[in-house]
Amino acid sequence: MSAATTTTAERRHSPWRDAWQRLRKNRMAVVMGAAFATVVGFCFLGPLIAGGFGLDATTIDITRGASSPSWAHPFGTDLLGRDMLVRVMIGGRIAIMVAFTATAIALVIGVTWGAVAAYAGGRLDYVMMRVVDALYGFPTVVFVIVVMAVFNTKNIVVLFALIGGISWLTMARQTRGQVMSLRHREFVEAARATGASPARILFRHIVPNALGVIIVAATASLPSVMLTEAFLSFLGLGVQAPLASWGTLVSEGSSQISVYSWVLIAPGVVMGLTIMSLNFLGDGLRDALDPQTRKD
Amino acid sequence: MVRLIVTRLLGGVFVLFVVATVSFFLLRAAPGGPFASERAVPDAVRRNIEERYHLDQPMWQQYVTHMSRMARLDFGHSMKRQRTVNEMIADHSPHSLRLGLMAIVFATLFGTALGVTAAARRNTWVDHALMVVALLGISIPAFVLGPMFIRFFSLELGWFPPARAEGFTSYVMPAVVLGMIYAGTVARLARAGVLDTLGQDYVRTARAKGLSERVVVWKHALRLGVIPVITYLGPATAALISGSFVVEKIFQIPGLGFYFVDSVTSRDYPVLTGLLVFYVSFLVLLNLVVDILYGVIDPRTRGGR
Repeated sequence: MSAATTTTAERRHSPWRDAWQRLRKNRMAVVMGAAFATVVGFCFLGPLIAGGFGLDATTIDITRGASSPSWAHPFGTDLLGRDMLVRVMIGGRIAIMVAFTATAIALVIGVTWGAVAAYAGGRLDYVMMRVVDALYGFPTVVFVIVVMAVFNTKNIVVLFALIGGISWLTMARQTRGQVMSLRHREFVEAARATGASPARILFRHIVPNALGVIIVAATASLPSVMLTEAFLSFLGLGVQAPLASWGTLVSEGSSQISVYSWVLIAPGVVMGLTIMSLNFLGDGLRDALDPQTRKD
Repeated sequence: MVRLIVTRLLGGVFVLFVVATVSFFLLRAAPGGPFASERAVPDAVRRNIEERYHLDQPMWQQYVTHMSRMARLDFGHSMKRQRTVNEMIADHSPHSLRLGLMAIVFATLFGTALGVTAAARRNTWVDHALMVVALLGISIPAFVLGPMFIRFFSLELGWFPPARAEGFTSYVMPAVVLGMIYAGTVARLARAGVLDTLGQDYVRTARAKGLSERVVVWKHALRLGVIPVITYLGPATAALISGSFVVEKIFQIPGLGFYFVDSVTSRDYPVLTGLLVFYVSFLVLLNLVVDILYGVIDPRTRGGR
């Protein structure tokens, strides 16, 4: 049976509860988790609140163009007089959506790939992991750029899928490692004895028990996926106008850095903080959920 | 060792074959080629162009021509500039190479120093502070750091030229900006690696001989502890190549990355796919070197994995 059927008495000492307590003791991780939640609230609820003060991301007012931060516009305005605060919020929505969608895609590919390789073992495992090795040294972002350019697509869903499609390698490796250590355990033998199919054993019995490692890998991929999107958008190959993400905002800002620095600093600092909070949170989760990999 | 090299070489050749094939089909699949815009082209001109780029031949013949050219490292002719892709590589890759080398040297030295110092003082405030620095480095993207460096170090302080590749000083800021993310990762890898080796028997022997902590950490533990750093060099270089696209754009360095991005926006497909194959060949070769280096440092892996 899988770990799903536990009694109340057992639950008090379940690995999840222990992990949660370890995470709560890690002050840095808690602060950074709260910071990330704040950024999510800032980006998704912020524009609604700012709307109450008459601020939006699209109103163009050339007479107020490139004005420095003030009470009316806390982050200043860009060259066209659009409010930077709301633009950063709206840009963050895209960045956060990309991060979660692409990570979900990477999760499905990576977990399936790693779990199947580990469970099948032998030659198939060897071939599948050599593919991962080869892709590790491969400039996958360059490949995304070429595909985006050749098909000249402005479809944001394609962008999400492509980023997800190149971000599953670490996930596959870590899932494989975990499944390898689980596949000869008693509960797997028991499931096999009841006549469960390999797919059922793998995805109903083994993978749920590897969830800790998978959650850690997914959290770790959020910031890197976010960076990839911003990177592509900075080069003008990612999110296209009228949509704007942090990458496009930073791109606009960097061309005006010699005169109007806030146009870069506002999105740059918010993006840096978000990525940093996710990195810290990922580290904290790793220490909490996967105590064996702790290096101290 | 020989077996390892041969297997890796064969694997590399296979990867290159796949990439060259993919590049061929991407070229053919590209909608709206460079001649499909603006004004109508007279039939005779169009036929000439088609002949020049072999577009009049049947598909399989085009594929064979394409693959044999790629095998000879002949990447074809730009559709927008009066130059071949090989000329562009010859002219512009030195800039990128210099930038990349400086970035990787900076990332390796700075990152290893950070990581090993942190490991030597594990769980003290020094360790925590250094690891926060490493994480900051990982979290701030080059395209935010770059413009801020220009603003601060060039425009306010006037220490370095803000752009253009003229002399050593103009490469300092771009290399630091490009290497920063990898320095952070290297620091974390080096710390974990050294902490791992510090628990091993040969380190205990070194301590038992009465060697100072400094020699134990920086000489004995470091040697095996940096192996994760060396294996990371391959992926790091792959990432440095994509990083060079933004850094060369920000600092106006006429490197290969600059022209790669340019070929994307001007839809110059031969340059695009030619550079893709060039980048992958470069990385395949580099990964092979990393594998050999790995065997030199850690004799245990020489028997092949």
